[in-house]
Amino acid sequence: MNTKLDTKETIKKEARIVFRASGLTKIYHMGEVEVHALRGVALDLYEGEFIVILGASGSGKSTLLNIIGGLDIPTAGSVSYLDHDLTASNESELTRFRREHVGFIFQFYNLVAGLTAVQNVALVTDIAQNPMKAVEALRLVDLDDRRDHYPSQLSGGEQQRVAIARAIGKRPDVLLCDEPTGALDVKTGIIVLEAIARINRELGTLTVVITHNASIADMADRVIYLSDGQISRIVCNENKKQASELVW
Amino acid sequence: MRPLNQLLLSDMRRMWRQCLAITILMACGIATFVMSTSTMRSLEKSMDKYYDDYHFADVFAQLTRAPNRLSDRLAEIPGVQRVQTRIVRSVIFDISDMVEPASGKLVSIDRDSENSLNGVGVLRGRLPNPLGRTEVLVSEPFATAHNFAPGDQLEVIMGGRKEKLHIVGIAMSPEFIYAVQPGLMITDHRRYGILWMPRRQMEAAFNMEGAFNDVVLTLQSNANEKDVIYQVDRLTEPYGGIGATDRSDQASHHRVADEMHQIGSMAFITPSIFLAVSTFLFNIVLSRMVHHQKEQIATLRAFGYDRHEIGFYYIKFVFILVSAGAVVGCLVGTRLSWWMTDLYVRFFKFPIVVREFASFEATIAVLIGFASAILGSIFAIRRAVNLPAAVAMRPEPPHSFHRSILERMGLKRFLSPLGRMIIRRLQANRRATILSVLGMALGLAVVVLGSFFEDTIDYVMDVQFQRSQRQDVMLTFNETVSIAALHDVEHLPGVVLAEPFRSVPVQLIHGSREHRVGIMGLEAEPKLFRVMDDTETPILLPPRGGLTISEKLAEILEIETGQTLTVNVLEGKRGTYQINVAAIFPDYTDPGAYINRQELHRMLGEGERLSGAFLLADPARMDEMYASVKQTPAVAGVLDKNAALADFKEQISANTYVMRFINAVFAFIISFGVIYNCALITLAERSRDLATMRIMGFRKLEVSYILLGELAIITLLAIPVGLPIGYGFAWLATVALDTETHRFPLAVSHYTFAYSTCVILATAIASSLYVRRKLDNIDLIAVMKVKE
Repeated sequence: MNTKLDTKETIKKEARIVFRASGLTKIYHMGEVEVHALRGVALDLYEGEFIVILGASGSGKSTLLNIIGGLDIPTAGSVSYLDHDLTASNESELTRFRREHVGFIFQFYNLVAGLTAVQNVALVTDIAQNPMKAVEALRLVDLDDRRDHYPSQLSGGEQQRVAIARAIGKRPDVLLCDEPTGALDVKTGIIVLEAIARINRELGTLTVVITHNASIADMADRVIYLSDGQISRIVCNENKKQASELVW
Repeated sequence: MRPLNQLLLSDMRRMWRQCLAITILMACGIATFVMSTSTMRSLEKSMDKYYDDYHFADVFAQLTRAPNRLSDRLAEIPGVQRVQTRIVRSVIFDISDMVEPASGKLVSIDRDSENSLNGVGVLRGRLPNPLGRTEVLVSEPFATAHNFAPGDQLEVIMGGRKEKLHIVGIAMSPEFIYAVQPGLMITDHRRYGILWMPRRQMEAAFNMEGAFNDVVLTLQSNANEKDVIYQVDRLTEPYGGIGATDRSDQASHHRVADEMHQIGSMAFITPSIFLAVSTFLFNIVLSRMVHHQKEQIATLRAFGYDRHEIGFYYIKFVFILVSAGAVVGCLVGTRLSWWMTDLYVRFFKFPIVVREFASFEATIAVLIGFASAILGSIFAIRRAVNLPAAVAMRPEPPHSFHRSILERMGLKRFLSPLGRMIIRRLQANRRATILSVLGMALGLAVVVLGSFFEDTIDYVMDVQFQRSQRQDVMLTFNETVSIAALHDVEHLPGVVLAEPFRSVPVQLIHGSREHRVGIMGLEAEPKLFRVMDDTETPILLPPRGGLTISEKLAEILEIETGQTLTVNVLEGKRGTYQINVAAIFPDYTDPGAYINRQELHRMLGEGERLSGAFLLADPARMDEMYASVKQTPAVAGVLDKNAALADFKEQISANTYVMRFINAVFAFIISFGVIYNCALITLAERSRDLATMRIMGFRKLEVSYILLGELAIITLLAIPVGLPIGYGFAWLATVALDTETHRFPLAVSHYTFAYSTCVILATAIASSLYVRRKLDNIDLIAVMKVKE
């Protein structure tokens, strides 16, 4: 493994490890082709961190995110959340894990077109154990005035912010973002990233953003570079930038 | 409202067209079922109420002449509730608007005619004055056929004298819902009618003072009908009794019961098939809908909704659709059943309408709907929730495309690149293609089922009235006449050929089975009235050849060719004989038995006595012939074949017309529902690919060529699959319609196949044009933005 530990590793050691993955391997059968999406990935993710996983298309970053989020299971290797071994969990345990701890943000928002912004958020807060009010979640992304709008009446950035509100409404312990700005222009993308950063900062939620946009790496605590299903390096940011300072 | 319920409503709003189409499918299945069963219930109740209100008798007996005091002895038979003796006589009418003679029955009535057994209800006018010598009531169908009204006069030959009778009222009785000419089992309201006359006048006219020749009885609820009939036979035999019968053998009721049975079978089999087909289609459509929603399911799963919550969500979805279908189906079915009940009640001329809702059958239909919908969709739902969320959210891997069968067969050069795409897609999406083909095929099959019946009726009429019976007229004599009378008949004006027959009422017994029927003695090689085997070859009736019976009779008696049965003659000298069954022939109307005429004479121990003759006549001289027949006192009745044909058409065709019409409409809706849905789903499944092609520069026409090409191929594949299924459904329907007086051969004409195919093609074209319009208006950017 080509993992390079950085100098600030000692500081991190004081924080709690939330995810610990080792030897993660994932092989897909896409039609007639066998795809090795992950090849023995090992990493630890700490409480309150802002992580950016950077990699080109097909590097395995979405697969890694899905496995961490309990959406997928690895072909080999193990991953644990706190003291729970996710790889040993069955389907209903994984569902409970997602329900109680994970907030997802997708590249294409995955909002339900027929529900208003607030209803989309409520779809998730309704099943959470200690959720905030849907409106409150929308307020955190500055969208409480658009609560009764349908996705078709919102811009792409607004839709993604609704998706963020939906993800954080349950007060998740971990926020997993799959290319959250992938479908957005720079300006809107920055607004969305600001919202994500604010959640990370104010709620202390472990946040993992996967992207192929290297600029975003500047706002991370740590940047994990993935290439061809392996971690090529991990970089700790000395000088984290604000989202508004990013350019791409 | 819970967010998931909001999602449910939003999903339904979004897919309202599909939801509506599948709700209609379910509603159609349930509606036909509710309609038919409720109509049947209502009809039965209406009939029962009519029979009850008018004291329709349970046992019927005719005799030659018995003194009135026999009535008391009949009343003493254990189990008998009421006894009503009557005088009933056959008469000939001379009606000015008819060239041919009409015949009928004169039935005596007592003062309190409504309360007597087989009560007579006066519809218009009044009851005859018991002392008014010439006042009569006329049966409603006969009056309608001749436009008789109270105040009109009617000439009747009764007791050998021509009498002018005054019609004072138009009436109906449960005894004569169908006025059936004895021995013919044919009703012809124009040529056969019923008159009711005060008993005292009938006694005087027929020299029957203090006597009766007909008796009807009602039984106590715990009575043993067989014992009563046995006792009645024992008491009436010395007075010329020919054997009492129960209600099931009463001519009118027999016919009514048979008609009702037919409507009942039709009411059961077609809707059952509809219900089965519509629930099946419901499943196909729903499973494809669920499949199409897998991304939404995956999103919900990512948020932490578990399988049960998502499964329950779809079960609620199904529940709402089926409930909507059930409510609409029950409401529409009930409303249609009122309409149909009214029509049938008018057809049967019951004076009372009882509207019933077949709640039990409706509940069963709804439960079947629910069970099959849930059972069917559960697989689709399970497949959807079992799919790992990460897999569901990834674009589907490309299908394993291969060279299509057509290409491998070397037909590549006949296929354009787009054509190849269509074929390969259909082949790669094999499951969806098969389901679409099957759905559309079932749509086609129900159209065949909804419209084949006309062919069967035409076939029966052709065989029965054209190929088998070639006479124009059937004459029956008052009493049997000697063979010499045949010469008179042959010399009637216009008669080309006269073929005599002898018919005699008998009871046929085989083991524990028995059936009353008229045996008809025919010539050894009949030229006019022919009995034909299943290859439509006339069956010969050689002397000593034995009895030739119809399939239905063989079935009733459980007898086969070569076996022997017992014949109890119910007329004249009576007697019991053993006779061999020589042949069994297929028949479509009443059970019949035929024998060589000479053999019948020998069996009856009589000379050549004739009951009537079949005549082939010169069409130009029919009127002349009828005029002469009218002057022939020996003739009791004339049956015009064309009239019989019309009657058959009316009885069979008319009473099933409404049902057939409604079935055809439902069949159309079902087929439309499935094809429309199929087109919508195909569009939904293909829209991304097609939009991509548009973006790549393909023209609208080319892109719609792919979509419409797929639909066209699915439709074309569905036709050869659907037609045999439709044929199978038609076979099921004919099996269910098999009754004692009518059986239906399976005849589906090319016309019906062509018509059904055209209906499906038209529906497919209409649906395709609709989705094409949607495709033309597709928002390319929006489609491409959405992740697969």
